[in-house]
Amino acid sequence: MDRLRPPKPSIPKGWPLQPLSLIAYLAVGVGLGILSLRWQVAESLQAGQVLIWADFTTPLWTIAIGILTNVSCALLGCYLVLRRMSLLGDAISHSVLPGLAIGFLLTGELTGWPMFLGAMVLGVLTSVLTQVIANLGKVSEDTSMGVVFTSLFAVGVVLIMAFARRAHIDAECILYGQIDYAALNLPVANWPQVPAAVWTLSATLAATLLYVLVLWKELKIVAFDPALAAAMGLSVPVVHYSLMAMVACVSVASFEAVGSILVVAMLIVPAATAALVTDRLSWMLAWAATFGIVSAVFGYVLAAATATSVAGMMAVVAGVQLAVAVVLGPNYGLVSRWLRNLSLAVRIASEDVIARLYREEERRGQGSGLRVQESGVGSRESGVGGLVRWLAGWRLARENWVLADQVGSLRLTNEGRTAARNLVRAHRLWEAYLDTHFDLPRDHLHDAAERMEHFLDPQLQAELDAELAGVQTDPHGKAIPRGDD
Amino acid sequence: MMLKYNTLIVLAGVSLLGASAGMVGAFAVLRKRALTGDALAHAALPGLCIAFLILRERNVAAMLLGALASGVAGIMVISALRRWTRVREDAAIGSVLTVFFGLGIVLSKYIQNLSNIGSRAGLESYIFGKTAGMTRGDVYLIVAAGLLGLVAVALLYKEFLSISFDSEFARSLGWPVYLLDLLLMSLVALAVVIGLPAVGVVLISALLIMPGAAARFWTDRLGTLLVLSGIFGFAVGLVGTWLSASLDQLPAGPIIVLSGTTLFVFSLLFGKQRGILARWIDQRRFETSLGLRHLLRIAWEHQTEGPRQAAPFSSADLLVRKTWTGPRAKQLLASAQSAGLVRPVATGNDLYELTPSGRDEALAATRGHRLWEAFLAEYPDQANSTVNLASLSIEDYVPPAVVEQLTAQLQAAGRWPEDRMRAERSRESLAEGGAR
Repeated sequence: MDRLRPPKPSIPKGWPLQPLSLIAYLAVGVGLGILSLRWQVAESLQAGQVLIWADFTTPLWTIAIGILTNVSCALLGCYLVLRRMSLLGDAISHSVLPGLAIGFLLTGELTGWPMFLGAMVLGVLTSVLTQVIANLGKVSEDTSMGVVFTSLFAVGVVLIMAFARRAHIDAECILYGQIDYAALNLPVANWPQVPAAVWTLSATLAATLLYVLVLWKELKIVAFDPALAAAMGLSVPVVHYSLMAMVACVSVASFEAVGSILVVAMLIVPAATAALVTDRLSWMLAWAATFGIVSAVFGYVLAAATATSVAGMMAVVAGVQLAVAVVLGPNYGLVSRWLRNLSLAVRIASEDVIARLYREEERRGQGSGLRVQESGVGSRESGVGGLVRWLAGWRLARENWVLADQVGSLRLTNEGRTAARNLVRAHRLWEAYLDTHFDLPRDHLHDAAERMEHFLDPQLQAELDAELAGVQTDPHGKAIPRGDD
Repeated sequence: MMLKYNTLIVLAGVSLLGASAGMVGAFAVLRKRALTGDALAHAALPGLCIAFLILRERNVAAMLLGALASGVAGIMVISALRRWTRVREDAAIGSVLTVFFGLGIVLSKYIQNLSNIGSRAGLESYIFGKTAGMTRGDVYLIVAAGLLGLVAVALLYKEFLSISFDSEFARSLGWPVYLLDLLLMSLVALAVVIGLPAVGVVLISALLIMPGAAARFWTDRLGTLLVLSGIFGFAVGLVGTWLSASLDQLPAGPIIVLSGTTLFVFSLLFGKQRGILARWIDQRRFETSLGLRHLLRIAWEHQTEGPRQAAPFSSADLLVRKTWTGPRAKQLLASAQSAGLVRPVATGNDLYELTPSGRDEALAATRGHRLWEAFLAEYPDQANSTVNLASLSIEDYVPPAVVEQLTAQLQAAGRWPEDRMRAERSRESLAEGGAR
């Protein structure tokens, strides 16, 4: 039934629109960011401040940390959003806290594999517990998720407060992170002077990319059709829990640098934005990463300009991008949907006018016309809005379908008559088809045909004609006009 | 133990907060909106900050009003995204939660930077919660908000009931479901906003979800559920605060949440209506009754239709007709014996016969079984919608005319079981039974 859908705006063939627009967006986003950074530096120089080397490197490292975090999160987030599990990402990023605490208790430090291992275990545990409680207790999944992650978070806070007060993970750091300090945390004597967080996060991003590439097919099938995946012999639980473990891993790696709130924001918002922009998984990942990068750059610039929270500002920038995509997105944006509906409404309204004129000619002989008010475009009573009526009139004139004379009545031109004959033919073919193939009362045929006449292309008309095998009139006894050949 | 005045205030405040959050949270749980409460709590932050920025002073009422407004705005954005765009509900909730909260963090940082007034905003307590700072005024506020919620629920009880369990039905009655939903969510928002200073943004959702979710294991009735979740919330607040006061190393928020967790797990296991134990017992009882019906039917078929008519049967005879394990067959025989349906012919040789009451039940069970078989053979498309075969007798499910027709079919095929032993004793009852 593809023909019933309003047509999508077609992308010109052979024109790589997707990569071009992605590169353009990225270039404009990052370029503008860098320009405003330069401007900020120039401002402070003008104000007479003495700048040291760190004043130039710190912003860049901060942005780098933000980009690394955001891209890792955005890539994994695509799968969460596609599988309608975004909130599991939220839950996991909170519930890794006890894993962090236990890792700290065992090793006395907040780095290294025990912490990652603890976090991965907790990530998988969150997902398992959510499932188990939902199944055993017959409660809805969000309820059990809410119980599980708040409880685990509380356990984590208690563990830290009771045993690990020396660890520098207070609740504030968990929520906001300290991206500025992360960028300042440089090794003392080593060259190159790269903050520790950059190493960790680069490794995390590499692991994420590797994970996505290696399990590309599996992740894709599980995301779009878990039943098919199971039927193909893929282990859906393995894919699911490995994804959860990766989300937990990325959460922990990003925790200290950017805080849980930004992790959750970057898991969900860029991916949700990308889903509005494209229908293909590979492009969705690319777009999500792009939105993550732009959020990092602009988030930093705006936060620096206002002296506010970098992580918070990055989340806000991501939100702004989502809002823009909701309104202006290419296929699913509110504006493009409105335009598509409008153009369809205009087409139908103008076609209704010529069909009406054609029937008038059938009744009263060729050349007879209708007053504008009776034709459907001229009056309010037709149930069509003013804008649509105005545009329909414009379309009638542009297609050269009708002529208006001095007294204000409309007549079909030859082109108009041909187009109208096709419509009326489609209408009556459909009525005849419904009448012969479905057990419908006669007075129910017209409305269905009135809708279908605009969507029956010549090929389908020919098929209907063949199907009806020589029926010459519609069920109401009117002749079915022949097509233009 | 003597309680200090401060402790008393905090105890009263948190318990009452638990009660009101639990009551309205129960609706959120029923509407499958448990995490919307979480989103609401996060979305309240920017409103709080904006109210402070406008007034430039710490005015609790105005800040709470701002929080309420931005929380409700967050909910409206979520439902607008869900209705008008391709963003799905989970992504919509997550996006609103994080973006609003991010905005809130930005604004609160901005407020902190305002050197003259920033430190007076006291915004941290709204994010992390600070039970100990509760004052008498806060308790009054909680009481007022709780009463408001109570009145709203009492006035709109019927409406809330139907949108909680069957919103399509409510819509078909022409009720403004969206508005009612929004009102319900505003009540949740009110509880959240009042609770923020006490337990903080991360843990308030626990106070919303846990009492209602726990109460759901104990009852199927909305009225009882609401009262129970109020009581649970009260208890959680009371116990959690008291515990954290006596273990003074630990912050109150997490301890309150963990008391809620304990209550939830206990209810999950032992809840009278839907707890795991209760459902396990139900399941066992059901399996036993189903097994007994099968046992009686097999015994009947063995005694009246098998090659060795009227002979006693052994557990081995049961296993020929049914894939039970040996111990399961023995167990069923034992429970049939204790119910007075079968009796051993002689002690110790594993041979049984039906008692008179067992014969009656066996006849009924066999008839029911044959009728179901005939029904499903006749209407196989009904197999999926058919209720569990042992839980309902066919007369309750199928129209009488169909039952009569199926009976006639079985009689014609000679598969309609009749009690010949009794028939020989009284011919009148045979005539009556044949007519059925």
